[in-house]
Amino acid sequence: MSGASTPVPGGARRGRMRRLEPAAIAGVMSREVANFRTFWKSTAFSSTVEPIVYLLAFGLGLGATVVADVDGLEYVQFVGTGMVATAVIFSSVFPAMFGTFVKHRFQNTYDAILAAPVDTEELVTAEMLWIGCRAAVFGCFPLIVTFFFGLQPAWGMLLVPFFCLITSLGFAGFGIAVAGTVAKIDQFNYVTTLVVTPLFLVAGTFFPISGLPEWAQVAAQFNPLHQLVELVRAACFGFEWNDLLRVGFLLVFSFVTWRIAIVQLRKRLID
Amino acid sequence: MAAIELKQVVKTFGEIRAVDGLDLEVPAGICLGLLGPNGAGKSTTMKLLTAQAIADSGSLRVLGYELPERSKEARAEMGVVPQLDNLDIDVTVEDNLRIFSRLYRVKDIDAAVDRALDIARLQDRRKDAVDELSGGMRRRLLVARGLVHSPRLFLLDEPTVGLDPQIRTEVWDLIEELRSGGTTILMSTHYIEEAERLADEVAVMAKGKVIARGTPAELIAEYAGRDTAEVYAPPARRAEVRAAAEEAGLEVRAAGPAIAIVGAERASNGVVPDDAVLRPASLEDVFVLLTGEELE
Repeated sequence: MSGASTPVPGGARRGRMRRLEPAAIAGVMSREVANFRTFWKSTAFSSTVEPIVYLLAFGLGLGATVVADVDGLEYVQFVGTGMVATAVIFSSVFPAMFGTFVKHRFQNTYDAILAAPVDTEELVTAEMLWIGCRAAVFGCFPLIVTFFFGLQPAWGMLLVPFFCLITSLGFAGFGIAVAGTVAKIDQFNYVTTLVVTPLFLVAGTFFPISGLPEWAQVAAQFNPLHQLVELVRAACFGFEWNDLLRVGFLLVFSFVTWRIAIVQLRKRLID
Repeated sequence: MAAIELKQVVKTFGEIRAVDGLDLEVPAGICLGLLGPNGAGKSTTMKLLTAQAIADSGSLRVLGYELPERSKEARAEMGVVPQLDNLDIDVTVEDNLRIFSRLYRVKDIDAAVDRALDIARLQDRRKDAVDELSGGMRRRLLVARGLVHSPRLFLLDEPTVGLDPQIRTEVWDLIEELRSGGTTILMSTHYIEEAERLADEVAVMAKGKVIARGTPAELIAEYAGRDTAEVYAPPARRAEVRAAAEEAGLEVRAAGPAIAIVGAERASNGVVPDDAVLRPASLEDVFVLLTGEELE
């Protein structure tokens, strides 16, 4: 009896730990929060000021000189609501790409984390959630700025952080997957030029997709950023039934990039 | 039950067999020094123990858990000090410890952080960013971070590589404290002095496997005998002395500006020149003879 209760000095003492443990995810996120506290001012500054600059340049510049309105919507408000998606992609895909690469290759942070009882799946999930939460907040800034340009508050806008979150999770997963795939940091240039910039430009932020050739309109439907732009405008000016499909599309996008990010980063982190 | 049991472990990277049929057993409560030259497979072995590398074949059991299937449970009960400093440098000393307390699921985080600060002797610097610490303080913090959850097994991967002598001594003091407290320690190193000073037993590793093992005294007695004679002379004379010693069946190795005739007590008259400096055989003699590599 006494033998059963006395642990063997070198022997196992605990039961099987689960996958995707909230404690592991919270632990990794707490590291991100602690680091973010050291640089939040500069990030918040750029996230606030950038949409204002864009709004002044495009909304007021183009709006006053070239385009007065789009589909009956004042151009500054058209751009302002679209800028939510810009804020989301910039504050999710780039931190995911560069942050993951730097933490893995230069800071060896992930080696330290994976030496603790944390799996790659939990690590990626935590990184995505943290980037997603941040981007969901930053995504709301352009909307708030657009209030000062005449945008009227609407109840649907309360869903904007949720739409931003599910989109930014997907782009965070995409960024982590890219960081886990490229051999050198310079190769991010290909991804930025060939993927991020086209997604950003053909999202319906600065001009309506309906003005593009038909093939481009079809392609735009597969652009998660376009779906976010449409959802934000719907939140501001009225939902339609097919907005549920857009939410579904973004959820699938996030799920797929999540799984790919785990596979790609695991290849990098586990020899 | 041993804290670590590796049997016939193989790990390859392409054509390179980094670990090649490794058998290693570390009993609970000892400090085992894994001594080997660069490229011997020490770091890969450490990565296998934390499942940051997965073996191609062989069996691995750490703290009673089979790897890699139950590596998470094993990692929860072991602490790791990496070769490279990977502290969060912009974050405070205290927060670095707090983060790892969470990662290790420590229940009383405040108490764990306090204990780790005591170990690192950094109580008065707890609110400072790591970036503001000296090199020695950072290294002590790195060790203390690995101990924040009071692990049963402590892995140190080349804990003092690249450090200046003063910081190295500080880290050694810390490891000695742990060792006397009964924590099982596996420490890889290529510093002979580190292994001699800290390890109860030394496993000499070369080309991915353990080629000799024992206490430093046992290894010296078995492989190097009692005395080593060092001959300081111009190259031509050194070559002559070496040839004579080797002809007499003695092992000879280069030792900087000298040659060292190992097992000099067995030499017949005239093999060891009168001007040779006689000293007790050392672990370094053993190491160089076994691996063919000079140590730092």
